[in-house]
Amino acid sequence: MSFNPYDNNGGTCVAIAGSDYCVVAADTRMSTGYSILTRDYSKICKLADTAILASSGFQADVKALQKVLSARHLTYQHQHNKQMSCPAMAQLLSNTLYYKRFFPYYAFNVLGGLDSEGKGCVFTYDAVGSYERVGYSSQGSGSTLIIPVLDNQLKSPSPLLLPAKDAVTPLLEAEAVDLVKDVFASAAERDIYTGDRVEIVIVNKSGIRREYVELRKD
Amino acid sequence: MNYFEGLEGTVSSESDSQRTLTPYVTGTSVIGIKYKDGILMTADMGGSYGSTLRYKGVERMKPVGKHSIIGASGEISDFQEIMRYLDELIIHDNMWDDGNSLGPKEIHNYLTRVMYNRRNKFDPLWNTLVLGGIKNGQKYLGMVSSIGVHFEDDHIATGFGNHLARPILRDEWKEDMSFEDAVKLLEKCMLVLLYRDRSAINKLQITKITEEGATVYQPYALKTHWGFTAFKNPANGGAEGSW
Repeated sequence: MSFNPYDNNGGTCVAIAGSDYCVVAADTRMSTGYSILTRDYSKICKLADTAILASSGFQADVKALQKVLSARHLTYQHQHNKQMSCPAMAQLLSNTLYYKRFFPYYAFNVLGGLDSEGKGCVFTYDAVGSYERVGYSSQGSGSTLIIPVLDNQLKSPSPLLLPAKDAVTPLLEAEAVDLVKDVFASAAERDIYTGDRVEIVIVNKSGIRREYVELRKD
Repeated sequence: MNYFEGLEGTVSSESDSQRTLTPYVTGTSVIGIKYKDGILMTADMGGSYGSTLRYKGVERMKPVGKHSIIGASGEISDFQEIMRYLDELIIHDNMWDDGNSLGPKEIHNYLTRVMYNRRNKFDPLWNTLVLGGIKNGQKYLGMVSSIGVHFEDDHIATGFGNHLARPILRDEWKEDMSFEDAVKLLEKCMLVLLYRDRSAINKLQITKITEEGATVYQPYALKTHWGFTAFKNPANGGAEGSW
């Protein structure tokens, strides 16, 4: 019998980038096996003014990862006297994950925010640090239910196009927020690890705004 | 998990040190709730050796510093080691003699790091801990597991308690309950656990932590009733084909 240092605490994360905004969302349920541990745990972490991280997977690893990133960001602020940009944080997150390549953080991340031009950006990861900038993404236990809906509704241009087209979605901010609410309500219907409440963080040039919507609690 | 078997083999061949691969003497559920003046916690005093009820007077809840109480389920010896860490932590904090003291939030955070670090060394402390406290009018109730999973809530129950007691708490717990009502609620939960959790015993303690400090009440037993007709003759309830 060998000790298993991991657990899957479930949860779903979504992020959508628009031309001048970014929506980052995650449910607030935390589970283990068939049990719910708590209905009110935030999976969203504000790393910088324009870099919001949503993570699911193994809660203890996620928390350790958030602590590393926050500490590195504090050092960055002292050295550069400014906030880290979202693309810079994206690279840092990738390096931090890969640093533990052979004893990985069991964390599935979506990083959302604004780039240095004020355009919405989303970065999506695997547990060992492979990442890509995209227009929208979903990670976690409900991602298989959500991704095809986002593909259908957002129709991002093929990444193979030359010259490359912007991956940002054509939706207005309010439309993107409504879409997020709908995909979470849908995921909560079928995924037992998604539910209770969805926390939505909206980043735009006027700052950060938070919204909450109740989901199924069964 | 194949991935880690290889890794573990390397580590154990390099040293003769032993790890807790399975727990020996264990305690069952701990329940903690917020109430009007602070936190109430309860646990029974059983110490199981596998399915043998080996000890009947184990104190599984202890005050920590001036503002907190810790409750433990799981391996009793690991809990006693954790208490040694905490006592040292509190002593070193007192030696500053600066009038500051560690609150429940700080203790919980410390435990979180201890538990997670030990799991990173593949040498976990086999407990689920509940930490309750109040400092500067701020109530705090949190949990940590052996692999470092942690959170806060208004009510917390470990092990079987999460299955059997928390549904009751979600129905009946209210913000700012009186001490009497909160104790009644905890007793209701402990009675259900006594009936359905075979390692639970009818000797329990209640502890409270308020702004005035910690109180550990004397152990007592709950009044039980085993005379339900369905209990005495399960087949009479219309269950055809039962014994």
